Amino acid sequence: MTRRAVARTLVYASLVLATLVVLLPLGVVFLTSLKTDREMTGGSGALAFPDDPLNFHNYVTAFQDGRMLSAFGHTAFILVFAIAGTVLIGSMTAYAIDRFTFRFKKLIVALFLLAALVPGVTTQVATFQIVNGFGMFDTLWAPIALYMGTDIVSIYIFLQFVRSIPVSLDESARLDGANAFTIYRKIIFPLLKPAIATVVIVKGITVYNDFYIPFLYMPSQDLGVISTSLFRFKGPYGAHWETISAGAIVVILPTLTVFLALQRYIYNGFTKGATR
Amino acid sequence: MTDTTARLSVTKEPVRNTPAPAPAPRRARVRRHLTPWIFLIAPLALLITFTYAPIVNMIAYSFTDWDGVSPELHYTGVENYTELFTRSELFEVFFVSGYYLVASAIQIVAALYFATILSFDVRFRNFFKGVLFFPYLINGVAIGFVFLYFFQDGGTLDSVLALFGYHSDHAWLGTPFSANSSLAAVSIWRYLGLNFVLFLGAIQSIPGELYEAAELDGANRWQQFRHIIAPGIRPVLTLTVILSVSGSLSAFEIPYIMTGGATGTETFVIQTVKLAFQFNKTGLASAAALVLLLIILLVTWLQRRLVPDDKVDLV
Repeated sequence: MTRRAVARTLVYASLVLATLVVLLPLGVVFLTSLKTDREMTGGSGALAFPDDPLNFHNYVTAFQDGRMLSAFGHTAFILVFAIAGTVLIGSMTAYAIDRFTFRFKKLIVALFLLAALVPGVTTQVATFQIVNGFGMFDTLWAPIALYMGTDIVSIYIFLQFVRSIPVSLDESARLDGANAFTIYRKIIFPLLKPAIATVVIVKGITVYNDFYIPFLYMPSQDLGVISTSLFRFKGPYGAHWETISAGAIVVILPTLTVFLALQRYIYNGFTKGATR
Repeated sequence: MTDTTARLSVTKEPVRNTPAPAPAPRRARVRRHLTPWIFLIAPLALLITFTYAPIVNMIAYSFTDWDGVSPELHYTGVENYTELFTRSELFEVFFVSGYYLVASAIQIVAALYFATILSFDVRFRNFFKGVLFFPYLINGVAIGFVFLYFFQDGGTLDSVLALFGYHSDHAWLGTPFSANSSLAAVSIWRYLGLNFVLFLGAIQSIPGELYEAAELDGANRWQQFRHIIAPGIRPVLTLTVILSVSGSLSAFEIPYIMTGGATGTETFVIQTVKLAFQFNKTGLASAAALVLLLIILLVTWLQRRLVPDDKVDLV
């Protein structure tokens, strides 16, 4: 073999190894989710195939006893409001910062920038008191407000796009008698579609997967979202790995579907979201 | 190593010279001055309420013995801080961050390797890209459970090792060293994909002619990497390092979900959450959180000083 061929083989070997490392833990959990209670206690090895590959009993248990349906409902509710709020607030901020000159503009931009450096986890002790003070503790509004209020990433994504929209468009609209609000609503906002798509994807995934905020702010059993409901499997199902596995797969499946459908946009979203 | 989309490299404020507006009548001028503020009311209100007010309050709480509930609180000076720095068990959690820091380094190197090889022509490229990135999108709790089963006695890892004839009776999450290494490995598994995709994006924005030119000059792959790719992605690399350090210091989800902080896996954030919400020591927890925040800001600042984020333009 030539040196090139050896190098190529090594490259593929490393890729296959990485694929195994990623897929094996997930695959095993999927297999486990299809096993029966008896198979599990009977010492069926982790890598063994289930006796009946169409045994969806664990999924039914996970869905009903784990209250996954209401968890999906709560998550969807939070997603809709948090995303709508983020899009609206992010685009308004970007429009105001980019299209107007006003006093204290530098200060305000600096405030947004600085906030980007503060990791959310460090300030929760005090944020908690404020959320509590508003009476939002243990309601769906706590995470909604927090997701909307701390999102600097989306402001940046919008800012990039607003800058690329020619100012001449605003000006010609202004000559036609449009005021700032009309311009924002009729010109800027519709032209921001690609940015909105990016923000919806990035934000949607973040909110769907977040554990910390719902865990701290919505402790009551009836207010489980996807993450916290799944987390609660740990207690009652303790050693019942087949049920826990089914729960985990139920949570992963929507992500997988969305990822396969929107792959390209998701990659773009993350590169845009993080490098700017 | 953290939920990274949240914190960003912060570049300069967009500069644009808006043409000076023609002198307008007074009423119109007032309205013009007010307009941007109307757009900014909601964002500013949220920013101040949920970011700046908490920081200010946190600083205030950190000098008190408040329990977070009772109306009474006493000013205690720097007592919380002395407690934090003298009670060694409160400080030990920082050593746990060491595991995550090492993991970050491994993760960055691996992400760089995969991003480089997958930016060249490779069969099934999109499949490999997808596989490497997907873990980043998975819910943290689900990941925690997947890996609890992975490290179980007789779980995935033991079964795989048995295939190779190695039968271990090692409890992977049983000793502090092994538990922390295992958890740090999980966080590599989880976050590698994000770094990989960021690097890949940066590498692909390097114009292809540069490689062709380099190849004509007889540069091999390593030289191409060293002289074209590495400088081309420096800004993203800097960002990744900052995010990794702050992520390692504030690791929470994976250790909390998997071990709850048992067997020496308690991280700084787990400890803070426990102090604040289980033991009602809001004052002490605030001091701890503030120390963490200052360390992270310091690291970010140092990083920026040491590696100035000058834009590298290759064209």
